[in-house]
Amino acid sequence: MDVLWGTGASLTVREVSAQLTERDLAHTTVMTVLDRLAKKGFARRERDGRAWRYRPSATREAYVTELMLTALEQTGDRSAALARFAKSVSGAEASALRGALDEIEGGGGG
Amino acid sequence: MTGPADAALLAAVAIGSVRGSAALGAARWPRRSPGAAILLWQALGLAGGLAAVGALIEIGVPPDATSVANGVTRVASAAASGRLFAAGQPALPVFLRLVSLVMGLALLARLCSVLIASSALVIRARRRQRALLALLARGDPKAPGALVVDHPAAAAYCLPGLRSRIVVSVGALDLLRPAELAAVLAHERAHLRERHDLVVLPFTALRRAFGWSRICANAHQSVALLIEMLADDRALRARPARALAGALARFGTAGCIGNAPAGALAVSGAPYEGEMAARVTRIMTPAPPLAYAVRLSILCAATVIVVVPVAVLLLPN
Repeated sequence: MDVLWGTGASLTVREVSAQLTERDLAHTTVMTVLDRLAKKGFARRERDGRAWRYRPSATREAYVTELMLTALEQTGDRSAALARFAKSVSGAEASALRGALDEIEGGGGG
Repeated sequence: MTGPADAALLAAVAIGSVRGSAALGAARWPRRSPGAAILLWQALGLAGGLAAVGALIEIGVPPDATSVANGVTRVASAAASGRLFAAGQPALPVFLRLVSLVMGLALLARLCSVLIASSALVIRARRRQRALLALLARGDPKAPGALVVDHPAAAAYCLPGLRSRIVVSVGALDLLRPAELAAVLAHERAHLRERHDLVVLPFTALRRAFGWSRICANAHQSVALLIEMLADDRALRARPARALAGALARFGTAGCIGNAPAGALAVSGAPYEGEMAARVTRIMTPAPPLAYAVRLSILCAATVIVVVPVAVLLLPN
């Protein structure tokens, strides 16, 4: 997927393999992976003669944003799919926590 | 017991569960022993649902039915053969009973369907998260056993399930000191190990289904906070209090995590006293847990609360 993100254009399986030189993967392995990415909707593919050309459906940043929005509970969805360590807090609570943090750090030099 | 007495008892249990939930939500002791309090919440929720459904159905079946199943079958076969309203009998009581029976069955169907729908939603969201993490996350020696996502906002969470994951953002790695990060990871591991997500799931489902109900909203909020406190307690077995409280306070003061607009925070944040502040206070100045005898009586009470409606519904008249 990083290879697809790295180039702007759409790539064939052979071109992706060529860029994965350090990992010495079989052609069919790369094909399978790309096929799976396409099935999951992460990559789009189109016919180019006898080969498929693959390109990412969205940028890496877009996916990171999606991941983080869910993680930060800002999608308005309370499905409890995740368990977050911390909740977002109001301004008043943030200052209360700042006081607590000073106390915690003051108590022994952190 | 006769049908009407059963129905009255079940109605009493249902009302008692509602009253009990309100009292439990307002009580202070649950944060001293979150595990016991969660058990009581589960018992109240289960008993309340069973009793409400049971009372409506008991009212709906003929008074001389030998059991709930027998009564429902008789009404169904009468309806199927068109003999529901027998000649010479007053129609109104029969009609009211029918309404009650339908309401009871509808409530049962609703409760089951929201649980299934909620679970399906959770499974789908987790699958999406796992797929995204497979593409985007990496391991990092700074956070052993966790996946790291390159994003400057501070976030730490776990993805429960059979293939569970703990995820921290680069923002969180930058924010926390090593001891604090270790405490956060211990907290998340406790969630995963004890499958806390399965505890919260039914309460989330209830809240989704009955969003207008303050009791459901309260129950969900209380249980979600108690689960966090329980995981805090587990983390404190192996990690110093100052590290865990420090991590919490740091997340809070990094504040407005991800620069969310104030409006979004007001919606997602708790309406009552800050939960994060409550957790920090509780970690730094812990109150002693409830005495063993008290916790044992809570266990007994929880058992009785659930057994009574089950017994009423299952035992033949």
